[in-house]
Amino acid sequence: MTSVAEMKAIAGPSEIMEVSMGPHHPSTHGVFRMDVRLEGERVVRLKPVFGYLHRNHEKIAEHGAYLAAIPYTDRLDYLCSMTNNWGYVLAVEKLAGLQVPERAEYIRVIVAELTRFQNHAGLIGFLLQDMGASGTPLMYAFREREKILDLFESLSGARMMCNYMRFGGVRVDCSAEWLDEVRRLVATLPRFLGEFEALLRSNEILMARTQGVGVLPRELAINAGVTGPMLRASGVNYDIRKVDKYGIYDRFDFRVPLGEHGDVYDRYMMRLLEMAETVKILEQALRNIPAGPVMDPKAKLRGLRPKVGEAYGRIESPKGELGFFLISDGSTIPYRYRVRPPSMINLTVLEDMCLGQNIADVVITLGSVDIVLGEVDR
Amino acid sequence: MSDLLNAEEVKAQIEAGVPGSHVTVIPNGSPSGQHSLLLDNEHAFAVASFLRDHPALRLDYCSLVTGVDWLDTETTEKIRVKKVVDGVETEAEETRKTKVPGYLEAVYHLFSIEKKHGPVILRMRTANRTGQTQLPSLTPVWRSCEFQEREAFDLYGIVFVGHPDLRRILMWDGFADFPMRKDYHPPADGVPVAEVHA
Repeated sequence: MTSVAEMKAIAGPSEIMEVSMGPHHPSTHGVFRMDVRLEGERVVRLKPVFGYLHRNHEKIAEHGAYLAAIPYTDRLDYLCSMTNNWGYVLAVEKLAGLQVPERAEYIRVIVAELTRFQNHAGLIGFLLQDMGASGTPLMYAFREREKILDLFESLSGARMMCNYMRFGGVRVDCSAEWLDEVRRLVATLPRFLGEFEALLRSNEILMARTQGVGVLPRELAINAGVTGPMLRASGVNYDIRKVDKYGIYDRFDFRVPLGEHGDVYDRYMMRLLEMAETVKILEQALRNIPAGPVMDPKAKLRGLRPKVGEAYGRIESPKGELGFFLISDGSTIPYRYRVRPPSMINLTVLEDMCLGQNIADVVITLGSVDIVLGEVDR
Repeated sequence: MSDLLNAEEVKAQIEAGVPGSHVTVIPNGSPSGQHSLLLDNEHAFAVASFLRDHPALRLDYCSLVTGVDWLDTETTEKIRVKKVVDGVETEAEETRKTKVPGYLEAVYHLFSIEKKHGPVILRMRTANRTGQTQLPSLTPVWRSCEFQEREAFDLYGIVFVGHPDLRRILMWDGFADFPMRKDYHPPADGVPVAEVHA
């Protein structure tokens, strides 16, 4: 019998094959395409192609009042509308110099951390689904996500398109019953995490599929502007909640988990560990939330006219640095409205992570980036 | 810009570190107080490398790249002119209009992951909006500019010289216009958009 090496020697170098993965590939989380060149099963070139969902979000926002852009931000990363709202209102608050009452800051932290939790749980579910763990982990994650979305619905009236935050505060106050509901839910989250971890952490197949796959070196991660859990999986300590301390994040005691290898396994673990830290923040916020107003009385929602100038506001969204850059020309409509989409910029290094890997690993490497096409394409 | 990094200070450091470069501080009137630095296009690349590698600044992370469109503007000023009407010298008021050509602007927000400070904001301006829309690409300095400069090219028509892969990114390849420009209006319903056919 001839060995594989001998067969290769007889057949000569294999031909390069071009494969168009997507835009309707189930692993692409929507409409995303990769132009892949393969030598056998090995990737020798990979170019991401996107824009299928492009609706010129920025142009729309440059045609409406400052307030009118908030519901559109829900539709960027449609899994995390609360953090999208926050990024935008933070930029407007910087531009117009608005203050946020303390109770509103606490509510913002609570909803943002709940958003982070359900995003990370969902991401792990999808990633394992891509690896062939069909159904079970995803359903576990979605069971928890469902409870969080129910809370969002009772607070804001919508499960996913929350449209909840306003510059100068939040739209409506939460009730004491709602806070009790959140406390009850948060008390069950550590148990869910333990269960989720026990199910998968030391799973041999998971480790074999993810360790050493899709490695992103530290220097490249920084230079390519990668942010969020993906950057920290490569061992870079940079969390905007700690660096900028926006809102009231300086009041919470939490740690920033760091990876060592920058592979798919580290990126997966990063999400699990961050969920545990999120639970810690939630517990502290729910313990200390004060009574009081939730809107700055000076904030003028309709017809806000910031002074001529510009501002860049950024937050640590579940996917990375979500920033909004606004230029005001003194009118009620932003002259320039720009979103810094974390998941689009994180895709810059997709080719670098996939070169030399098998085509099957492209799917899980993409899964570990955590993209949402509503945000990539805008 | 954070307290640590005063705009004037950074300007002085750049002008000392990159000989021949010319930096103008663009003040920002909003409460955010984020002032920016306008670079001359000729030295912009050298300035970017200088800022990235400077041991005290270490702006190793370019967060946001974007285009801004500033339209042609017209300024009117009233001037007094002396006229001789029927042999009598009189003073009359005349309005004189001057056209200020518009330009496209690329804005870069830099942070330092190592030193945890920022932002330092850089700006570059094209000569006009129509023929001369070239700017040096900073992608060789920061890879994070790769997609965002492509986007500014796609939506604003800024041509980044030195970009390794300058193609449209959100619009399709045959699309002819630049949709984020202030004077772009989408065609009416049923009218096809302008396309270039190779």
